[in-house]
Amino acid sequence: MLKDVTIGQYYPTDSIIHRLDPRTKIHFTFLYIIILFMIDNFAGYVMAFAFLIGITLISKIPLGYIVRGVKGLVFIILITVFINLFMTPGTPIFKFWILEITDKGLEVAIFMALRLIFLVTGTSLMTLTTSPIALTDGIEYSIKAIPFIKNYAHELAMMMTIALRFIPTLMEETDRIMKAQKARGADFESGNMIKRAKNLIPILVPLFVSAFRRADELAIAMEARCYRGGDNRTRLNELKYHKIDLYAYVIIVLMTAAILSTRFIFNW
Amino acid sequence: MKTMIEFKDVKYIYKKHEGEETTAIENISFTIEKGEFIGIIGHNGSGKSTLSKLINGILHPTHGDVIVAGFNTKDHSKIWDIRQNAGMVFQNPDNQLVATMVEEDVAFGPENLGIDPKEIRKRVDEALETVEMGAYKNKKPHMLSGGQKQRIAIAGILAMKPKCIILDEPTAMLDPSGRKEVMDTIKKLNREEGITIVHITHYMDEIVEADRVIVMDNGRIAMKGKPFEILTQVEKLKSLRLDVPQITELAFQLKNEHLIDDDKILTVNEMVKKLCQ
Repeated sequence: MLKDVTIGQYYPTDSIIHRLDPRTKIHFTFLYIIILFMIDNFAGYVMAFAFLIGITLISKIPLGYIVRGVKGLVFIILITVFINLFMTPGTPIFKFWILEITDKGLEVAIFMALRLIFLVTGTSLMTLTTSPIALTDGIEYSIKAIPFIKNYAHELAMMMTIALRFIPTLMEETDRIMKAQKARGADFESGNMIKRAKNLIPILVPLFVSAFRRADELAIAMEARCYRGGDNRTRLNELKYHKIDLYAYVIIVLMTAAILSTRFIFNW
Repeated sequence: MKTMIEFKDVKYIYKKHEGEETTAIENISFTIEKGEFIGIIGHNGSGKSTLSKLINGILHPTHGDVIVAGFNTKDHSKIWDIRQNAGMVFQNPDNQLVATMVEEDVAFGPENLGIDPKEIRKRVDEALETVEMGAYKNKKPHMLSGGQKQRIAIAGILAMKPKCIILDEPTAMLDPSGRKEVMDTIKKLNREEGITIVHITHYMDEIVEADRVIVMDNGRIAMKGKPFEILTQVEKLKSLRLDVPQITELAFQLKNEHLIDDDKILTVNEMVKKLCQ
C-alpha cells in the first residue's frame, strides 16, 4: 500500500521542468496551493486543471504514475466529500431519512474534491520532478529569504539531508533485526492488531539504540571534518537562476492572474 | 617543520556518570615525523582509539600536551586548523558519510572550510580520482560496498588537503577484498602524496610495511620500533594478547624446531627466499 503513494518520490526524465531551479518549483507549488483555495467557480478549476495537465505533459512523467498517487488518497477524499455533501446548509434537493443533500452542499463537495485532487497532483509533480538533494537545497535557499526563521535554514536542510541519507541504512538495519528476531522465534505475522503492534517492540528497541549510536558517531565524524554550522559555509553546487526560470516565473504570474480573474468575471 | 605529531607525557581520564574515573591512557610520549607511516596496534581497550581522538582534538588530554602540525590541541582558536591538517577516518563506513550523493559527501569537508565552489569541484574530482572512485561520483553511498564507502570517506578527508590522516580501525568492518582496497589506498597516499599516516588496527599484517610501530597495552606504550623488531618478538606479543602474522608465526615455529636459523621474517617472499637458500 505504501508503494502506491507517489508523493515524495523522484521520477527522473530529461524534461525542462526537471531542469528548473528547485526554488522556482517550490514557489510555484506554494502559490498553486494558495490559488486552489481562492478559486470559487468552475471556470477557475478548468484552468487550474488545464495548467496541471500541461505541466504533466511537459515533464514527461506518465499520467498513470500520477493517477496512482491520487489513488492512495481516495479514502481521505471520499470522507471529505461525504462530510461536505451532508453537512452544508442550503436548499434541499434530495432527502433520505436524516441525510439531506443541498445544492450548496453538492457544489462545496465537488469543489473540495477537485481541490484535494489538484493539491495532491500539484505537490507530487514538484517532488516527482525534483531530486531530493535539489529539493533540500531549494528549501534551504527559500527559508533563508524568510526573515524570522532564516537562522534555522541551514540546520533544517542539514537535518533533511541526513534523514534522507539514513533512510536506506535504517531500512536495511530493520530488515536485519527482523530476521535476527525471527531466527530467535519472534512472530510478526499472527495475532490481532494489538498483539502484532506489541510484537514490534523487539524490533524497535534495538533499532532506536542503534540509531542513537549512529547519530553519536556521525556527529563526531562531522566535527572531525570541520563542521561548525552554516556560518561561512560554501556549497559545491550553488543554486543559480537561469533564463528558463525567468520564463517559468512569467508563466506562473500569468496563470495566477488568469485564474484569479475568474473570481470577478464568473462570480455566481 | 619536520615533526607532524608530538605527544608529551599525555594522560587521559574518562569521567563516567557516577563520578567514577577510568584512566584510558597515561605516560604517552612519542613523536611522528612528516611523511611517516605509523602503525598503532593493541587489543580492545588498550587505549588506541582514545589516542586517535586526542590527535584530532575531539578529546583533550587531562595531563600533558598534544602538538599537531605545530598547534597545541588545547588551543581552542586553532582547533579547525588542527582538524583540517589531521583528518580522521573512522571504523564504521556508514556512520561517517553525511550526504546522499558521493560527490556531495566528498565536498562536505571543503564546504565546511568555506572554500570557493570552483576550487571545491576541483578538489572533489582530484580526491575521487586518487582513491579510484571517480566513476561513482553520482552514486548513492548506500549502494556501495564497505571498501568503496571507506575509500569515499578517505576521499572526503583528502579534499580538505590534510598533511596527516589518522585511520581508526578503518578495515575492522570490511571483508578481505575491501581491506585490501583500503590498505592499497592508504599506502598509495603515503608513498605518492607524502601524507603522514597513523594507522590504528588490530590486524598485524597491515602494519608490516609501516615505518614504525607502536604497541599499546592497558593505556601505555608497551613496545615501539620498526615492524621487524616488533613483529618478531612473538612471545612478547602473545603475552600482550596480540597475534603475529601467519608467516612470522611459521618462522618462529620453524626456528624452534631448528629447521631455519632466523625468525625475522615478515612476508611470504622473504620466507620463500629463506627456504630456497
